[in-house]
Amino acid sequence: MKMKRALMAYALASVTATVLGGAALADDRQILDNVHFLIPGGAGGGWDGTARGTGEALTSAGLVGSVSYENMSGGGGGVAIAHLIENADSLQNTMMVNSTPIVIRSLTGVFPQSFRDLTLVAGTIGDYAALVVNTDSEIQNIDDLLAAYREDGMSFAIGGGSVPGSMDHLVAAMVMQAAGEDPTAFNYIPYDAGGAAMAGLLSGEIRALSTGFSEAVALASHGEVRIIGVTSDERVPAFPDAPTMMEQGINTTFVNWRGFFAAPGISDDQLAAFQDALTIMYDTPEWEEVRARNGWVNIHNNGDDFRVFLEEQEQVIGDLMRTLGFL
Amino acid sequence: MIEGILIGLSAAFSIQNLLMVIAGCLIGTFIGMLPGLGPMSIIAIMIPVAITLGDPAAALILLAGVYYGAIFGGSTSSILLNAPGVAGTVATSFDGYPMAQNGQAGKALTIAAVASFAGGTLGAILLMIFAPVLSQVALSFHSAEYFALMVVGLSAIAAFTGTGQVAKALMMTILGLILATVGEGALFNLPRFTMGLMDLQSGISFITLAMAMFALPEAMFLVINPVRSASGGRSGKIDNLRFSREEGRAMVPVIGRQSVQGFFIGVLPGAGATIASFLGYAVERNLAKGEEQAAFGKGAVKGLAAPETANNAACVGSFVPLLTLGIPGSGTTAILLGALIALNVTPGPRLMTDTPEIFWAVIISMFIGNLVLLILNLPLIPYIAKILAIPRTYLIPFILFFTLMGAYIGQNNATELLILVGLGVMATLLRFADYPLAPLLIGFILGTMLEDNFARSMQLYRGLDFIFERPMTLTLLVVALLLVLLPSYRAHRVRKRAEND
Repeated sequence: MKMKRALMAYALASVTATVLGGAALADDRQILDNVHFLIPGGAGGGWDGTARGTGEALTSAGLVGSVSYENMSGGGGGVAIAHLIENADSLQNTMMVNSTPIVIRSLTGVFPQSFRDLTLVAGTIGDYAALVVNTDSEIQNIDDLLAAYREDGMSFAIGGGSVPGSMDHLVAAMVMQAAGEDPTAFNYIPYDAGGAAMAGLLSGEIRALSTGFSEAVALASHGEVRIIGVTSDERVPAFPDAPTMMEQGINTTFVNWRGFFAAPGISDDQLAAFQDALTIMYDTPEWEEVRARNGWVNIHNNGDDFRVFLEEQEQVIGDLMRTLGFL
Repeated sequence: MIEGILIGLSAAFSIQNLLMVIAGCLIGTFIGMLPGLGPMSIIAIMIPVAITLGDPAAALILLAGVYYGAIFGGSTSSILLNAPGVAGTVATSFDGYPMAQNGQAGKALTIAAVASFAGGTLGAILLMIFAPVLSQVALSFHSAEYFALMVVGLSAIAAFTGTGQVAKALMMTILGLILATVGEGALFNLPRFTMGLMDLQSGISFITLAMAMFALPEAMFLVINPVRSASGGRSGKIDNLRFSREEGRAMVPVIGRQSVQGFFIGVLPGAGATIASFLGYAVERNLAKGEEQAAFGKGAVKGLAAPETANNAACVGSFVPLLTLGIPGSGTTAILLGALIALNVTPGPRLMTDTPEIFWAVIISMFIGNLVLLILNLPLIPYIAKILAIPRTYLIPFILFFTLMGAYIGQNNATELLILVGLGVMATLLRFADYPLAPLLIGFILGTMLEDNFARSMQLYRGLDFIFERPMTLTLLVVALLLVLLPSYRAHRVRKRAEND
């Protein structure tokens, strides 16, 4: 009895979500009847938010009739990738969300596949990386940071929200390398989530933090942290106070992209429909609302551009990881 | 502050918002009973609905209702089926389940509801008064102190253990710590003990282990041992909801202490409801005297009220770093942070001054959420408790279904079911040999945090110096030592006295 009621409540909640999500649809713009999003991580993570936000924009802009979501965590995303490849025939209308870690994790061999085993749809959004310090820190810019590091050596700790050899660590290492320091020598302190790492910085346990730019902006706008370098080419309009690495003589750029993949061997028509839907979505107010709400940066790489971008990133990250001894 | 409360009240009290909180509480309670869906996933499911409301206050009130409902729903499955769906309600099953087995399911649920309400409400009062001051406390804890706090949590196991079981409990704790090392650690980029299985890459999931240790063996014992279950709570009067005046009086100091203790533990980012509930249980058991202490683990009123108060107070406490610093201290608050940002509210030090109406709406929504939850659930309890009146032949498949679904739903992965059954068989064998399984689960839950924080401190201080350089760490480690030694010293003294007589 209780079971039944609970299931009904659950069903009701999801139905409500779908109906509300799809309420504003149905002029003749519709490109696809339905899209199924495969999310390689649990509810509430970055991948989950990207897929659900994109789905919301696609349906409310009337580009897609209905969307469904499936969370399949495990193996750092490997379980979902294997699922998409093994069941390619029955997953024609499926798009899997992923991001920079698919490149890093296939390099380190967390899973045997790489982006080459999938159909590349498009990279849609991105976030730059940033180095931040506590507001009351004496460090004002990258030069100060390097000076402090040269003076204190191993007791100068830089933290990040993920394991050694993953994105946050690599970004910090790239900065060190570009500044002419040994990228393997500095003391990187890993935390198991971005929030914990931020707490570590504010508590004074670590002196600097390597993190995502949008996460840093949220705290910098409250005056809790100072962004001393962002990995974009030019200053980001959303927060122009943050200096780039480039303007401080650190020749480093980095984008943590998020994008979509489809099953291997889907038809050209289906792929074109996916790509058209995402391309048109970019110019809709519905997408703008979702994008602004989440603080995402539009970084659109379609099909072949996406492949070139991924190959480049794989090269850069692979070289660095070999230098660092992770490969 | 009065002005703020009035702003919050005027934001919260409208027909629409009251409907929101009622809907949220109901949805949260019922979905929360399913073990695979903790507060975190339910809130994630509800966020799109909340955002379409447009009004931040209404959205927050809906989500607060869902949050408290989910916590209460989680306690229900711990008490009735010994199937804790979230780590924070593991300690609830220690005395809640035996109480339900003794035919007092209704009473147990009532105590849980009242203790949750009290913990949540008192916590919200503390939040209202101390939030700005406490943001600094949240930042005073470094990895070294978290490591020491986890040691305190582990040492509390000594308090759960009956006489003559110490060695067995120790072995089970270590087994739990070993299981926690499976998968990719936060500090090492390499999978450990995964046997090449990708499904073990991110470790054994908490839900799977909790179902395997508690719920599955329970179902198996129901099959094997019909006599025990026939004489259990099934025939008893479950409609009786009341606790006696003495029991109520016994609960008052427990609730008072645990609201405060739980709240302060919750303020620390990362410690949260689980540690608060274990420590709450341990402290109350140590404070109890003689017969009362012996009743812990067998259906003690205090043993149920303590963790239930503490975990709710801690949930409220975890809002301190979220609201005042913008740092999510737990998975659930991380999701809530996402929801707040989606509503164009950025929590941080300026939240209280820039948008006081949001800050106070959150706090007022806590009071309303807790109150509505109590009012809604008390009349529902007899019906919820009726689950135990289901004949055994139907109840066993029901528990099995519930357990398997719980393990599957979180991961959407069929291998999880094989892992569940494998661990469940192991747990049943251990129970036959009379090994306590709670220490295993506690070791598992605390193991990861213990290891991460220890390794991080080692790396920061390049050695063990942090134990002596940080007074707070040393203090906590001494407390841990006392927690281990105190019960055995007491036992020793009792034995001495008996000999003298």
